[in-house]
Amino acid sequence: MTIIDILQETYIALSSNKVRSFLTTLGIVIGISSVIAMVAIGQGAQGSIQASIQSIGSNLILVMPGDQRGPGFQVSAGRGSARTLVQDDADAIAKEITLAKAVAPELSGRYQVTSRGKNTNTSVVGTTSAYPGVRNIEIDQGTFIADQHVQSLSKVAVLGPTTRDDLFGEGADAVGQTVRIKNVEFKVIGITKAKGGTGFGSQDDMVFIPLSSAQRFLAGDAYVTTISVEAMDADAMASIQEQITTLLLGRHHILDPQLADFNTLNQADIVATASSVTQTFTILLAAVAGISLLVGGIGIMNMMLTNVTERTKEIGLRKAIGAKRRDINVQFLVEAIALTFLGGLIGIMLGWLISFGITYFGIIQTSVSVSSVFLAFGVSAGIGIVFGYYPARRAARLNPIVALRYE
Amino acid sequence: MIEIKDVTKTYTTGDVECQALKGVSFKIEDGEFVAIMGPSGSGKSTLMHILGALDTPTSGTYFLDGKDVSTLSEDELADIRKNKIGFVFQTFNLLPRASVVRNVMLPLVYAGVKPEERKNRAEDALKSAGFDETHFTHLSNQLSGGQIQRVAIARALVNNPSLILADEPTGNLDSKTGDIVLVTFQKLNTEQGRTIVLITHEHDVAEYAERIIHIKDGAILSDAKTQARKIHSL
Ligand SMILES: Nc1ncnc2c1ncn2[C@@H]1O[C@H](COP(=O)(O)OP(=O)(O)O)[C@@H](O)[C@H]1O
Ligand SMILES: [Mg+2]
Repeated sequence: MTIIDILQETYIALSSNKVRSFLTTLGIVIGISSVIAMVAIGQGAQGSIQASIQSIGSNLILVMPGDQRGPGFQVSAGRGSARTLVQDDADAIAKEITLAKAVAPELSGRYQVTSRGKNTNTSVVGTTSAYPGVRNIEIDQGTFIADQHVQSLSKVAVLGPTTRDDLFGEGADAVGQTVRIKNVEFKVIGITKAKGGTGFGSQDDMVFIPLSSAQRFLAGDAYVTTISVEAMDADAMASIQEQITTLLLGRHHILDPQLADFNTLNQADIVATASSVTQTFTILLAAVAGISLLVGGIGIMNMMLTNVTERTKEIGLRKAIGAKRRDINVQFLVEAIALTFLGGLIGIMLGWLISFGITYFGIIQTSVSVSSVFLAFGVSAGIGIVFGYYPARRAARLNPIVALRYE
Repeated sequence: MIEIKDVTKTYTTGDVECQALKGVSFKIEDGEFVAIMGPSGSGKSTLMHILGALDTPTSGTYFLDGKDVSTLSEDELADIRKNKIGFVFQTFNLLPRASVVRNVMLPLVYAGVKPEERKNRAEDALKSAGFDETHFTHLSNQLSGGQIQRVAIARALVNNPSLILADEPTGNLDSKTGDIVLVTFQKLNTEQGRTIVLITHEHDVAEYAERIIHIKDGAILSDAKTQARKIHSL
């Protein structure tokens, strides 16, 4: 028997009951396409989360206030809410840690910001001139806050494009206009470039004002909420993190590092954590899709068993005219594999279309990886082998006499 | 040449033993046309399965062309069937939804005959079986009973077997088409020298053969030349 013979037999067998073949294949199509789509969604989410973390800066270390815990004192006020960092800490880091390329302290909070008639609740960030460099922010119109603004407690503000749209209308020329935050009037001196990203914490929905002004007019105290430190390069991150810890412990007169009243966050760690979360998410999605693939495989097995029973006489005849066990085995196995392979092929296309549609309609960024396509192909052929094996073996082992007598 | 000696076959179903053949011996020379005749349940099909290498005897020996077939393995038996035996069954057992030619080519597929050769050989066999050339590309489920049986005969012929075994080949046909099929066997025997073993429970049918082996309850009653052999020409 040549390969062509086997394929011809398979074609005749499968096309002689098209509806059944189609329905059985559908199970595999659904399984494979959902695996492809789910993995694409998972990997797309991973990619976009990583990109948005990268977009807040490169080689970034964030120093944030932590809760000071004494022995036996477990009540935590929550990260970032404590007031332990001041501008002098930032200045000391800038001065003493030579591996740090730039340091930008900030004091941020959410406030109601108003313009003529319109208002929005957004994040107001008091910071210094170093901020755009450290946090990858570019200026679209006007200028960013300068050192001189910080020194002179200027009431100036730089708006993110989304905030500008909310307050002045889409694409309006806002430079030179004024906004009110906590009843203090700020003059708009610049608009930042859009960075993309939506929802809470978007880099585009922000108002930047001088740090000193934020402390005086909004917070009413001298603390900062975050100190962003940009390392010279990725290799320097770990040692900078250590040096900052040592420096601040000294400045805050804390001996036991366990009791530190601040936290340092390394951007690489954030990326790693986010990746592991999205990876788990991807695996979960793939597992759910995998179960539907398994169900599809059982469908194949069921159909093949029915097939063997229905074609018992035919198997007997084939054996009578000289077919060996191996011939029968191969024939039925190839039938099962052909079904799953076809299902896999259609499933890959469908899965790709679904992912494309999800991206196209902007629900979530997806990416179909080549490896998941190959995996899907392998899995679908594998399912054919696994779930076709038992029915094929049953067919091959039929006794020709019993099979010929079968009615 | 076929030679069986003291062949028995015992079927065991649960605790019940059923001796379908109780020591059968005979010889069939090449080119003979023999009918094995007996009432229903006498062991004819069992005998045919053994002669056709579909099954092995419980005891006794079976030599086909000088080779002992009674002790072969499953795959070796398949080789014997493939190369030396052609079957015609009572229920025609053609592949549905496959063309006439494809049905006849099937044994050649398993015998590993080159695809280029298969079609010619199948068409030759169909002509020998008296099958009308205009129906070669018909599907097997578009044919009448007589036509189907001719296709089955062609399929049995296509491998040039040393032995053609026909188990009640006319059992499902009306007497007129039955006669046509039997005359086809006669022609294959006289014109091509094929060895044919015809199994039947009807005396009328057996009389087309040149020799009749009469069995009953798994044993041979008589084995003799046919008196008043029916010779027909189409
Ligand atoms: N596979 C089998 N299992 C058990 N008994 C069988 C089997 N095949 C045939 N027999 C028994 O063997 C006897 C002969 O059967 P068979 O050879 O089919 O007779 P015939 O073809 O002459 O009608 C019968 O009694 C039948 O019941
Ligand atoms: Mg019978």
